[in-house]
Amino acid sequence: MDAVAVGNLSKSFGKGTAHRDALKNISLEIPAGSMTALIGPDGAGKTTLLRLLAGILTPSAGAIRVLDHPLPKEALALQRQIGYMPQRFGLYEDLTVEENLSLFADLHSIPHEKREHRFAGLLTMTALGPFRKRLAGQLSGGMKQKLGLACTLIHPPELLLLDEASVGVDPISRRELWSIIQQQVAGQKVTVLLSTAYMDEAERCDHVILLHEGEILAQGNPAQLAASFEGRAFVLENVPTAPRNLQAQIAQLPGVVDTVIQGDGLRIVMQQAEPPALPQKLTLYGTPKPVPARLEDAFVSLLFSRTTRHPIPLPPQRDIAGDDTAVVAVKDLFRYFGAFAAVKNVSFSVRKGEIFGLLGANGAGKSTTFRMLCGLLPSSSGTLRVAGVDLRTAPAAARARIGYVSQKFSLYGALSVQQNLSFFSAAYGLENPRKQDRMAWALEELELKDYAKMNAGELPLGYKQRLALACALMHEPSILFLDEPTSGVDPLARREFWARVNALAESGVTCLVTTHFMEEAEYCDHLLLMSLGEVLAQGTPSEIKAKARSKAHPTPSMEDAFISLIEEHEQASRRAS
Amino acid sequence: MKTMRLTGLMRKEVYEIVRDPSSIAIAFVLPLVLLLIFGYGVSLDARRILMAEVVDHPTQLTASFLAELQRSPWFRPTIYPDQASAEQALMAGRANAILWLRSDFTRQAYSAGSAPIHLTVNGVDANQARLIENYVNVSWLLWLQQEATGQGAHLETPVAADARVWFNPALRSRDYLVPGLIAIVMTLIGALLTALVVAREWERGTMEGIMVTPVAKTEILSGKLIPYFAMGMGGMILSTAMAVFLFGVPLHGSLLVLFGTAALFLLTALGMGLVISVLARSQFVAAMIAIVTTFLPAFILSGFIFDIRSMPQPIQLLTHIVAARYFVTILQSAFLAGDVWPVLLRNVFGMGVLCALFLGIALLRFRKRLD
Repeated sequence: MDAVAVGNLSKSFGKGTAHRDALKNISLEIPAGSMTALIGPDGAGKTTLLRLLAGILTPSAGAIRVLDHPLPKEALALQRQIGYMPQRFGLYEDLTVEENLSLFADLHSIPHEKREHRFAGLLTMTALGPFRKRLAGQLSGGMKQKLGLACTLIHPPELLLLDEASVGVDPISRRELWSIIQQQVAGQKVTVLLSTAYMDEAERCDHVILLHEGEILAQGNPAQLAASFEGRAFVLENVPTAPRNLQAQIAQLPGVVDTVIQGDGLRIVMQQAEPPALPQKLTLYGTPKPVPARLEDAFVSLLFSRTTRHPIPLPPQRDIAGDDTAVVAVKDLFRYFGAFAAVKNVSFSVRKGEIFGLLGANGAGKSTTFRMLCGLLPSSSGTLRVAGVDLRTAPAAARARIGYVSQKFSLYGALSVQQNLSFFSAAYGLENPRKQDRMAWALEELELKDYAKMNAGELPLGYKQRLALACALMHEPSILFLDEPTSGVDPLARREFWARVNALAESGVTCLVTTHFMEEAEYCDHLLLMSLGEVLAQGTPSEIKAKARSKAHPTPSMEDAFISLIEEHEQASRRAS
Repeated sequence: MKTMRLTGLMRKEVYEIVRDPSSIAIAFVLPLVLLLIFGYGVSLDARRILMAEVVDHPTQLTASFLAELQRSPWFRPTIYPDQASAEQALMAGRANAILWLRSDFTRQAYSAGSAPIHLTVNGVDANQARLIENYVNVSWLLWLQQEATGQGAHLETPVAADARVWFNPALRSRDYLVPGLIAIVMTLIGALLTALVVAREWERGTMEGIMVTPVAKTEILSGKLIPYFAMGMGGMILSTAMAVFLFGVPLHGSLLVLFGTAALFLLTALGMGLVISVLARSQFVAAMIAIVTTFLPAFILSGFIFDIRSMPQPIQLLTHIVAARYFVTILQSAFLAGDVWPVLLRNVFGMGVLCALFLGIALLRFRKRLD
C-alpha cells in the first residue's frame, strides 16, 4: 500500500509578475514503511512538497492522498497520524525539554498514564535525559534538533516528514539523528520522507527523488541511480602537490562534469564512460583509475546539463613557498563566560594564502574563537594578532583588513544587489572611483549582473551566498572569515562556492572557515579540531585522518576521524570529571 | 474542542509569559508608568501660571487684589516695573500672561461698566489661554465681593453666576484622565501584546510546528485568548486599584458593571490583536499595525483627552469604530457619575458590535495553513 500518492500536483505562489511555479505537474507514490529522500538544488520545491503533504498548503491543481486521506479536505484527520519537522523546527525556547514534550503530548491527546513511558523512551533515545529541566533555548544546535525530532515522534506517527533535519548540525549529532530515524523505520514501521542536502543521507534511503525547478528529474533506488552512471567516475590518487590547484585545472578539461578533492587525490566524474584525457603536463600525476559510481555523481551529472555553470578561472599561480609569514597568530587564548570556559588555551597560526578550517561539534568554541578573531568579542587572556595588528590594541585597524561572511543571511533583504554592494563599500570607507571599480568587479566576477536590480531577499540561496561573499570582499581584505558559509546549501552551489574560495586563496587571500561538511574540510590546507573549548588536533587533513587510524578503520574518512577523535575526547573528559 | 489540547496550549502560554520579561513589561510595567505619569504628571488644569504683574500706581487696593492672586494655587506672580519689561518676559517665555493694573485702578475699581484690569495672555496654547482668562475673571469677582462685604456694601453685578459643578466638583482633570487610562492599558495588553506574541510564533517557526498537529484553529485562538484575557483583567484590577487608592479617584458606579464592561472591551481588544496577527507575520509589522490602528486611536479618538463632540464631523464618525471610545465613556461615567443605564447600554451595544466583528474576522481568516 502507498503511504503517499500524488497525481499531477502543481503549486504556484504569487500573482502577476511575482507569479512563481514551485511544483509543476508532479506524480509520485511512496510505499508504506519505506524511507524516501528528496534531493535537489535550492528552490527545487522540496519544502513546498513536504508542506503540501503535511496539509499546511493547498495545491493549485492535482490530487494528494496521504495515509488514505485526500488533501486538503482531511488535513485535520491526517495530522493526527503524521509527524512533521519544519526546516527550522521552532521549539518553545522559554519551555524546558520536558515542557516541550508535554505540550506536544497534549496536542496529540496522549493519555497521562502513557506519557512517562513514552517520554523516558524518547529521552533515552535522544540522550536528552540529563537535560530534562533545561530550557530549550539553552541547548546546543544538535540537541535542539534532537528535541525537535522527539517532539514530532511523540504520538508516534505513521508518516514522518523531515525538512532538512540535519542542517547546521555537527557530524556526531547528525549520526545520532539518523540512528533515531532508522530505529523508527525498523522498529515502528514508520514511513519516512525527508529532504536533505547530504548525499550520504540520501544514499541510506530506499528511494530517492531528484527535484529540479518543480519537476521530478529522476527517481529510484539510490544504488540503481548511481549504477546508471557506472564507468564515469575516476580517481587520481596520491597527488604530490596541493590537490586544490590540480582540481581547478582538471575541472576545465572537456567532458569533465565534476571534480572533488578526496584525501590526497581527486575524484573525477565524466560526461561519458571514458577516462579524462589529461594534457601532457598533467600526465606525471598518473592515470585516473575507474571507481564505482555513487549517488552524488548521479546528482551532479543529472543537473550538469540543466544548469549553466561557468568555470571559475584560477588566478596565475603564485609562488607561496617561502612565504611563511603568519597572518593570523593566536597564542594561549582563553575566553570565559562567567565561570564557564568557552575557549581554553588555544594556540595556532595561519600562513598567508592558506585555507584554514576550524572543525568541532556544536558548542565546541569555534564561533567564540571566530568572533574573537574578528574583533567582535574581547578575549579573556592570550594574544591575538591578525594581519600583523594586535586585536587588543588596534581592533579597528585589524578589522579594515578582514572580511566576514556570517552563517546567517546578513544582507539587507529590501535592498537590491547593487544597493547592498554600494552600502557595504560605503561602510568600508570606499570612495569613488575605487567604489565604482569594486562594484563593477563584484557584479562581473561573482556573476551577479543579471540580478543587479533584484532585492537581496528574493535571490536564490546560492546567489545570496555569492552576494554575501561579494560584500565581504568589497574592500579587498587580506583575510576572509567564513562562518559555516555553506550550511543548507545544495551540493552544486557548494562546489561553486568552494571554487571561488580556492581562487581567492590562490590570489593570496587567507581564508578561515568553519564547516559541518566533512568533505569540505578536505579543501583546507590546515585544520584545527576543537572539542569542549580545547584544541584536539591540528594539521593537514591527512595528518588528522592518520590520528584516527586503527585496526578497525585502516582508511578513515574525514567524518570517521572527526567522530572518533571527538568522542574519545568527550569520554576522557567525562571520566576526568 | 478538546480540553487536553487547550490546557496544553494555555499552560505553554503561561510559562512563556512568566519567563519572558518583555510580556510582563508590556502588561504591567508600562501601564504602571503610564498611570504614574498621567496620575501625577499630566494635567489639563493650568496650575502655577507665571503671571507678570505691572502696577502703575500702587495703592492699598492694588496690594489687596494682588494678595488675592498670590493666595490662589493657580498663579505664580512676579512684579515687573513697567509694561515693556513685562512684555519682554512674555516674549522670552518667563511669563504666561501679563496683568496690568493701570494708574486709574483705584478710581475705577468700584464703578460699573469699566475695565480697570488689563490682561494680556500668551495665546499659543489656546486651552491654557482660556483657562488663565477664566481664572483671572473668577479671582477678580471673588475679590470684588470680598471687598464689598468688607465694607458692608452689596456688590451690584448684572448677572451673578452661581455655578455648581457636577460629577467632578473638585474640577480635577486627573479624575477623568485616570479612568480613561484604563482603556489604554487594556488596549496595550489586548491588542499590542497579543498581536506580538502570535507574530513571534510565526517568526520563530513554532506556529508551523503547531499547525501540523491535530489541534483545531479554535483551540489555537482560545489558547491565546484565555491567558491574555486573564492577564488583561489583572491589568484592569491593578489600574482600578491604583486609580482609587493611590490617586483618590472616586468610584461611584458598581464594580460589577465596571468589570463586566471591561471584560467586553478586553475581548474586543483581543479580537483586534488576533486580526492583526492574521495579517502580520513579523513582530515589527505587528507592532506597527497595532500601535497605529489600536493604541493611537485609543489615545486620540476615544475622548480620553480630546472631546469627541468638538471634532469635525468626519472624524466624529470615524470614532465610532474605535472600541476605546465606548469604553472611555463608560469608565468616565462609572467612576464619576455611577451606573447611568442609558449611557451604559448605548456604549455596551457599540462595543458588542465591534467585539463580534473582530472576533468573527479573526475566526474566519485564521487558517491552519501557510497560504
